[in-house]
Amino acid sequence: MNLQETYSALGLSDFEYDRILELLGRPPNYLELSLFSVMWSEHCGYKNSRPLLRRFPNFGPGVLQGPGENAGVVEVGEGWALAFKVESHNHPSAIEPYEGAATGVGGIIRDILAMGARPVALLDSLRFGPMNEERNRYLFREVVRGIGGYGNAVGVPTVGGEVDFAPAYSGNPLVNAMCVGLIRTEDLVRSRATGVGNLVVLLGSKTGRDGIHGATFASDELTEESESRRSNVQVGDPFAEKMLIECCLELLEEDLLVSLQDLGAAGITSSASEMAAKGGVGIEVDAEKVPLRESGMEPYEIVISESQERMLAIVEPDKAERVLEMAERYGLVGAMIGRVAGHGDLRVKSGGETAGSVPAEHLADAPVYEREVVRPPYLDEVQRLELTEIPDPGNYNEVLLRMLAHPNLCSRRSIFEQYDHEVGADTVVFPGADAAVMRVKGTKLGYAMTTDGRGRHCFLDPRGGGAATVAEAYRNLSCVGARPLAITNCLNFGSPEKPEGYYQLAESIEGMAQACESLETPVVSGNVSLYNETEAGAVYPTPVVGMVGVLEDVSRHATPALKREGDMVVVIWSGPEMTLAGSEYLEIVHGKVAGRPPEPDLLAGKKTSDLVRRLVAQGLVDTAHDVSGGGEIVALAEMALAGGLGFEYDEDVLERMIAGPGRGRADVAFFGEGAGDFIVAVSWERWYELQDALAEAPGYDQIGTVGGDRFKIGSHLDVSLQDLREAYERDLFGEPGGAEVAH
Amino acid sequence: MRIGVTVFPGSNCDRDALYAVERMGAEPVELWHADADLKGVDAVIVPGGFSYGDYLRPGAIARFAKVMAPLEYFARSGGPVLGVCNGFQILTEAHLLPGALLRNTGMRFVCRRVRVRVEATNTPWTVLCEPYEELALPVAHNEGNYFADPATLARLEDEWRVVLRYLENPNGSANDIAGICNEGRNVVGVMPHPERVSDPVLGSDEGLRILRSVLAGARV
Repeated sequence: MNLQETYSALGLSDFEYDRILELLGRPPNYLELSLFSVMWSEHCGYKNSRPLLRRFPNFGPGVLQGPGENAGVVEVGEGWALAFKVESHNHPSAIEPYEGAATGVGGIIRDILAMGARPVALLDSLRFGPMNEERNRYLFREVVRGIGGYGNAVGVPTVGGEVDFAPAYSGNPLVNAMCVGLIRTEDLVRSRATGVGNLVVLLGSKTGRDGIHGATFASDELTEESESRRSNVQVGDPFAEKMLIECCLELLEEDLLVSLQDLGAAGITSSASEMAAKGGVGIEVDAEKVPLRESGMEPYEIVISESQERMLAIVEPDKAERVLEMAERYGLVGAMIGRVAGHGDLRVKSGGETAGSVPAEHLADAPVYEREVVRPPYLDEVQRLELTEIPDPGNYNEVLLRMLAHPNLCSRRSIFEQYDHEVGADTVVFPGADAAVMRVKGTKLGYAMTTDGRGRHCFLDPRGGGAATVAEAYRNLSCVGARPLAITNCLNFGSPEKPEGYYQLAESIEGMAQACESLETPVVSGNVSLYNETEAGAVYPTPVVGMVGVLEDVSRHATPALKREGDMVVVIWSGPEMTLAGSEYLEIVHGKVAGRPPEPDLLAGKKTSDLVRRLVAQGLVDTAHDVSGGGEIVALAEMALAGGLGFEYDEDVLERMIAGPGRGRADVAFFGEGAGDFIVAVSWERWYELQDALAEAPGYDQIGTVGGDRFKIGSHLDVSLQDLREAYERDLFGEPGGAEVAH
Repeated sequence: MRIGVTVFPGSNCDRDALYAVERMGAEPVELWHADADLKGVDAVIVPGGFSYGDYLRPGAIARFAKVMAPLEYFARSGGPVLGVCNGFQILTEAHLLPGALLRNTGMRFVCRRVRVRVEATNTPWTVLCEPYEELALPVAHNEGNYFADPATLARLEDEWRVVLRYLENPNGSANDIAGICNEGRNVVGVMPHPERVSDPVLGSDEGLRILRSVLAGARV
């Protein structure tokens, strides 16, 4: 292999190689080249996205840590804070779904742990190709098993998430895992290496050959060849992770660590050089001192291995023995593998010789590519939608049952029952609601979290979709009664080197940034996953938002479930008109992905969301749900199903609604989306109180009452709850060929 | 009253059990797996989780931990012991309870609230329950499918040693068994997690009825 082939194989361009020559003033050896290869990959170096990411607002009241650390941190009150982040594991999951998903969960847990927080909740945002393909069913089944297999054993509850199916994700699933940790504000730790002479201690599992060049692999398109890179995928050990969590938390409690960093993509290289660059110091690592699980490993393999369940700590020399003892108590390997140095280099030694030495700041300073943002022609084509071309389907009973049975709208029970969502004994609102709610023991405080993504919407309109994604998360938290605080995001896109991919990335970020500003929810952490492409094309541009919020009194929360016979059901309007553009209805019933959903009115949406949140937080309303995928009738059906109670729509109100602005058709009124409406229910005793409280709403209507065992929408639709349940409560793994177990 | 909670590597309901003991109004005592010492506790809870990663077989490695020798002595001397989930699996592996817990028949992990009926109230862990009382308790396990040979099952039934029975069997357990006790009735193993429903803010504190029973001091 000649030189150019060597660096190309490592994912470096000619330009990047020249830049390395310039920075070092000499040719790098293979180890040094490997260091640059992993640290300058998109996954570690954000070389395509960094200028765009600057658009996000990062600060606001209560933000204790913005981007740049292992996770963002926001205050929730009474001295408590939440550390949280979402990260992708798309490429590994496409090749080896069980381990890919499992190690995705393990990796994000260690990010939270590195902040000194106890990981308390997991959420997963998943995307797959349609279920009629065996490969997609296999990926879906194994990803869910992997998340459960890891999360259940490690003892962190999986409390929420979402899943969607669309042809654009065939062969390139999206597997995004979010972790939330709880910490006392005074106990926050950072990853900056300080104190020349301090020791570098590696904790956790032994190091093997798994995941060599995984970060480089993740920054490339998926091809037929990818299958042969299965060895780039790491293998998870949740048992070791559980020990690592308890060990690190005890080390921090005993004040034995200067700083802490997890080992993820690019292993020791990435962790050590980030710690060094942040502290403005150097780090020397002796590859021979790294405990290995296999023999004959080259120094470069040792330092870039992505073996899981490892953390790197900076420790004062007189505390090192106690750190190693603690590791032993937890059955972990602890080893002093290096020291903090004054020279500013990441230096790898082996056999007493220097095997490679690169200034840490150069590794942390990946080149940046800015590209022109050009509107791709496909948008004009897909945004065109003539309502007159959409036939009225007539039989609405059948339409509703068909929609509720669709994998994008049906019950997620068969997924979330495979996840332990209660371990920790803090889960107040379970999966299946708009957001998960947990309590902080010993206080009245609660916190809520949600993940949301709108790939189809972002495909049809990247900027509007980006904004709508943030607004959706905001609405979901408001429904449960939580005040939204901040977001983390995972940007899943195709290749930024193609004009279409770059446009989608830039525009989605712009839309999200605008929403974050309007809704006052800064971005405090995030992750970028580009090159989500197969030979068939790119995935839908799918930014996933993870939002957290706070409840002052966790006992005052709401769920979508209808709770009492006779309750009044009220729709609260946000303002914008509902539309079939980009709706679930249009895709499920008419097989069309088309139209341009209206831009969300962020300020009006915020006002309505905040109002709903106050209704819940005041204890006036305990039943709330937002109108989202599937529109108002699907939202009402979900509420009836969750509560096991029927509902009847008021005939007069219904006809008025159907004739409302921008509608004129029953299907638009029933299944239109994008209006940002909410549905709440109250007992009739509190109806006057609710009316007073709704005086400030842009508009509302009492649409019907709870009761009976039928779901009746005037003369248009009348189905028994039992029939609704049979359609909705389907086992997503019971599909043909979907039930067998592969492991 | 002092109640011990064993902590094995990989236990993950230990902190929940310690918290529930506090909610019961008793003093929680952590019992570390590597210490052969029960610290003079009056009762022991063996909590759920994935001890030793459930590698080999759930509970199979934990039974050899140092804390198990004094625990076995305590159990055989009539001390109240409650095994929950992985704790139940460990107690069967240690032969303190008969039978075994196999893979769920659905071949999936299952986490949900299930209705169970209290079939025996003459154990230290159910004495506060009403006979045949129904409780909604959470289950979360991969291997909760109770198995025993027909003779053992018959004996368990004849001796009224089935403590909890599923009204909706989530895992294929023989005779819908959710929990059993030993001959002395002082050692109880259950798959559902009473410690997870020990606080009204979590929607239910029905689990406290089981846990608080031991405070009644009954050595039946």
